[in-house]
Amino acid sequence: MPFDHDTVVGFSKSFGLFYLVALSVIALVWTYWPSNKKGFDEAAKLPVLEEEDRPWRG
Amino acid sequence: MIADLTRAERLWAMLILGALGLIGLAMAIGGRNDLLGIHGWIVLAAGLAGFIAVMRGRDAPEPGAERLHEYYDAPTRVGLILTLLWAVVGMGVGFWVAALLAWPDMTFDVPWLSFGRLRPVHTSGVIFGFGGNALIATSFHVLQRTTRARLPDQISPWFVLLGYNLFCVIAASGYLMGLTQSKEYAEPEWYADIWLVVVWVVYFAIYMRTLARRKEPHIYVANWYYMAFILVVAILHIVNNLAVPVSLGSAKSYSLFSGVQDAMTQWWYGHNAVAFFLTAGFLGMMYYYLPKRAGRPIFSYRMSIISFWGITFMYMWAGSHHLHYTALPHWVQTLGMAFSVVLLVPSWASAGNALLTLNGAWHKVRDDAVLRFMALAAIFYGITTFEGSFMAIRAVNSLSHYTDWTIGHVHAGALGWVAMITFGSLYSIVPSMFKRERIYSQKLVEVHFWLALSGTVIYVFAMWNSGVIQGLMWRTYTESGGLTYSFIDSLVAMHPYYIARAFGGLLFLLGALTALYNVVMTIRMPAPAPAPEDAGLDIPAKPALQAGE
Repeated sequence: MPFDHDTVVGFSKSFGLFYLVALSVIALVWTYWPSNKKGFDEAAKLPVLEEEDRPWRG
Repeated sequence: MIADLTRAERLWAMLILGALGLIGLAMAIGGRNDLLGIHGWIVLAAGLAGFIAVMRGRDAPEPGAERLHEYYDAPTRVGLILTLLWAVVGMGVGFWVAALLAWPDMTFDVPWLSFGRLRPVHTSGVIFGFGGNALIATSFHVLQRTTRARLPDQISPWFVLLGYNLFCVIAASGYLMGLTQSKEYAEPEWYADIWLVVVWVVYFAIYMRTLARRKEPHIYVANWYYMAFILVVAILHIVNNLAVPVSLGSAKSYSLFSGVQDAMTQWWYGHNAVAFFLTAGFLGMMYYYLPKRAGRPIFSYRMSIISFWGITFMYMWAGSHHLHYTALPHWVQTLGMAFSVVLLVPSWASAGNALLTLNGAWHKVRDDAVLRFMALAAIFYGITTFEGSFMAIRAVNSLSHYTDWTIGHVHAGALGWVAMITFGSLYSIVPSMFKRERIYSQKLVEVHFWLALSGTVIYVFAMWNSGVIQGLMWRTYTESGGLTYSFIDSLVAMHPYYIARAFGGLLFLLGALTALYNVVMTIRMPAPAPAPEDAGLDIPAKPALQAGE
């Protein structure tokens, strides 16, 4: 396969489309996967928890 | 600062600073017939000054193990002050160059006072000096709080913060001397670029090492944004600055790219600098400090994840909208346009998420100027991203490109979004970082807020007006098909708007000076006395609830 302009453009227009769609699907599925909800809800509380302003270990 | 370092770290500090001094000396000797030599002396002076400071402090007692029970905030404190100093420098020069456009005689025939040399001092000063220091300072703060882990050591945060500021000084002083590789927002020459890569790798390593020691299983979304900022800026910076110096004794270098490839690489860099420096990093700030200040968790954590991946996937492809109607292949322009339009979805998801978080806390926004800074930042973020998607459309771009509309758009983002979220975040952590009960003057925060808002509105409206007028004048034809207006006609028409713009910038600068004064006075306030234990007085532990709470 020659490494010329048309080849690179063809690769970008085909593979580029599919991998972006695939990544989007993975991100969406992971975000809305029901068992992940609990972890996200807990993470969301992180900035507002009134805990001692210290690291967890010495 | 030096008393915080362990003995081994003091030795490392002296080795690093000694090596830096030697590199400076080599640059000064190798570049003695070139402007590179002057930068060599600056690097040598920085290395020597640091070396002497560590030498003088090396006999101080070692920090005890109790330090490991505290977060390491000293670099954040210094970073916050550097942020404000660079704000005054960057915005001050910005006001000056704005005045130069209205009254061009003010260069007084001094080369380094010319617009071309001062303008990058303004852009780098505000983006890298002000914005970069704010990102480094707040990222260290957020990283430790959201992972419940102390920074991995006491030397690498200083290396990053001070090394980064050395880069900023080399950059700004180079512009004044006329050193530039003529790439917008990537003007510094090859040696400064290499130094920044070293600093940036250490910065990313701090993030990785702290995350590796975290207590929280989930990495809070603010850290994702900060990490995207660090990682992508490294990639952009390295690729766009690939260049071959004329010689090791010369500041001049030639880019590896040429022609339209060079233009595409530059705007891939330029637009992603907007995306990952001025957006992703500051979104990290927003996703931590806004919920914290409002006392409410982010409206939708899931939406913040979707926006994160949306922004990281799509921004990468938007850069070509800077090159509409150029030699760039038409399909690449269309690609950039399409991705810019779709980008509105994750951008508005973030802006909406922030505003919906405040829904129910509007009384706090009304009463608290610090939270109001953040709320306004979210609104401006929404406005600017909408405008940006719109301006990327080829037909709109044919009117807006090369006009002041672009400048107005950039400043709606930089003043309205970046600076507002920065000032809000900064005010919210200054009292706790410097162990004071409160900010010196809440009134001055209020004054700053209104100066910043009125300055931004005046600036942006002036540029919208002048930009649209310019664009229309340049495309008005006579009956015979010639241009109705000469370029100089459009320039004369701009004059009142340039004066208005300089005035808006002056208001914003006054706001930054107010912030600097307020923070300095906060630091100079006496530290609160330790709480009297069991004084037997019946003092309520918390202030009484305010009406509406």
